[in-house]
Amino acid sequence: MIILNQSKLNPSNIQPSEITSREVFENRRHFLKAAGFGLAAGSALLLSRQSQAAIAPVTFKANSRQKISGFSKTAYGAGEKLTQYEDVTTYNNYYEFGTGKSDPAIQATLFKPRPWTISIEGQVKKAKTISIEDLLKLAPLEERIYRMRCVEAWSMVIPWVGLPLASLVKWAEPTGNAKYVEFISESDPQSMPGVRSPILDWPYTEGLRMDEATNPLTLLAVGLYGEYLPNQNGAPVRLVTPWKYGFKGGKAIVKIRFVDKMPLTTWYKAGPSEYGFYANVNPNVDHPRWTQSSEKPIGAGLFGGRIKTKMFNGYSEQVAHMYTGMDLNRNF
Amino acid sequence: MKKQHIVFVKAAIWLFALLPLSRLIWLGVNDNLGANPIEFIEHSTGTWALVFLLITLSMTPIRLLTGQVWQIQLRRVLGLFMFFYACLHIITYVWLDFVFMWDELLIDVAKHPRILVGFAAFLLAIPLAATSNSYMIKRLKTNWKKLHQTVYLIAILAVVHFWMLVKKDLTEPIYYAVMLIVLLGIRVYFKYQPHLKSKVTKAM
Repeated sequence: MIILNQSKLNPSNIQPSEITSREVFENRRHFLKAAGFGLAAGSALLLSRQSQAAIAPVTFKANSRQKISGFSKTAYGAGEKLTQYEDVTTYNNYYEFGTGKSDPAIQATLFKPRPWTISIEGQVKKAKTISIEDLLKLAPLEERIYRMRCVEAWSMVIPWVGLPLASLVKWAEPTGNAKYVEFISESDPQSMPGVRSPILDWPYTEGLRMDEATNPLTLLAVGLYGEYLPNQNGAPVRLVTPWKYGFKGGKAIVKIRFVDKMPLTTWYKAGPSEYGFYANVNPNVDHPRWTQSSEKPIGAGLFGGRIKTKMFNGYSEQVAHMYTGMDLNRNF
Repeated sequence: MKKQHIVFVKAAIWLFALLPLSRLIWLGVNDNLGANPIEFIEHSTGTWALVFLLITLSMTPIRLLTGQVWQIQLRRVLGLFMFFYACLHIITYVWLDFVFMWDELLIDVAKHPRILVGFAAFLLAIPLAATSNSYMIKRLKTNWKKLHQTVYLIAILAVVHFWMLVKKDLTEPIYYAVMLIVLLGIRVYFKYQPHLKSKVTKAM
């Protein structure tokens, strides 16, 4: 029944518990073989639709949750209650892998985060590329526990592992003309089914002002919970700006461009009145369609209620100085 | 269709209509509602309210297209299940989502057309549910029909409410909008085709 939200045709509605295990699925295939080719051919057509979800379980294979060795703990977010790993990795906005929150965890399994290079372009002394391996050596990896506030008024607390973007900016040697940094994400229709439909203007593009990019809070994350990033969280490398709404954090970054003009970012292009370039967390400026003054913490449970949203997501001390004199109601 | 058959069909509707609620309770008890359980319940109850609304609205097109009339008797129970899920939807929003933070909630309703549209649809549905009993049908006579034509407006508001929720991917709201347009379209078509109407009346 195509009209139902709960339709099984929509992968976003498939509960992990409903997903056929590989064993059962393969047994069914054996059965089909045994039942005769004619019957199998007909039924296989029906099953093929189901199989896409069936062979890609939400829970990860043991070998894909690889630990990162050698990162230091930091004081960032000490005392915060972490959002559970399961929630962080199954509730994702990553439209390249589908628009449902549970789509990325299912659809991103075929995505290959290695080998990977990031090309550095634009207003730099010399355009160059950096491999993910070299990026990991640019600066010591550190764990930072950051709050993540989504523009949809929910929030998480995530222990990222990464390095300050500032270290990459330094390595890139931008010229004096570089006023903004543009982040361009992978958009491969082969491994990213969402890219095949024009829901957003691909590739996903985000941007920061130069001072925001080099702010000590700004992180290039390569892992979470001490492990390399799961694909659905933006493997192999993504941007994390905890004082801005989550959509600012471009995932699977393939290109970093230093530019002299404010980049046109993807969500800005999709709805300029709803998603500004700055996208700083601001409880006083509502999204046109919903309130931003409070948020639902993910993992708080059915009766967990809401908490008040803080200016700059509680990071005023570190970032407010960058916006003094700016009208944040207009520059939302 | 015989009376006992209708009773059987109605029982089946009750059973079917309570499945979505049972599923929510089952998933809730087993902590299986996902990372954002409140959103899950909001979407689920909202969707089912809309589904029952559209099923209710298909009874007349079935009569117009097939000449069958027995299903018209099912409108009340189907419509009331629409109202039941709409109530759960609102309760989830007021209680679980906003935990009775009335100041926040009032701002949310007043400032955001999406919520306002949904809330208007709910308010409009209250008198319909309240006058759905046989006593009120007799008492209101021809006014009852007029009053209950509000359902068309409610349906349009409900689809708009869903449409405005979506950030970018409009696939699902489009399904519902198309369903509604078809259901209303059949009515309009028959209204302006008197010869067809009379044919069906004869068949009745």
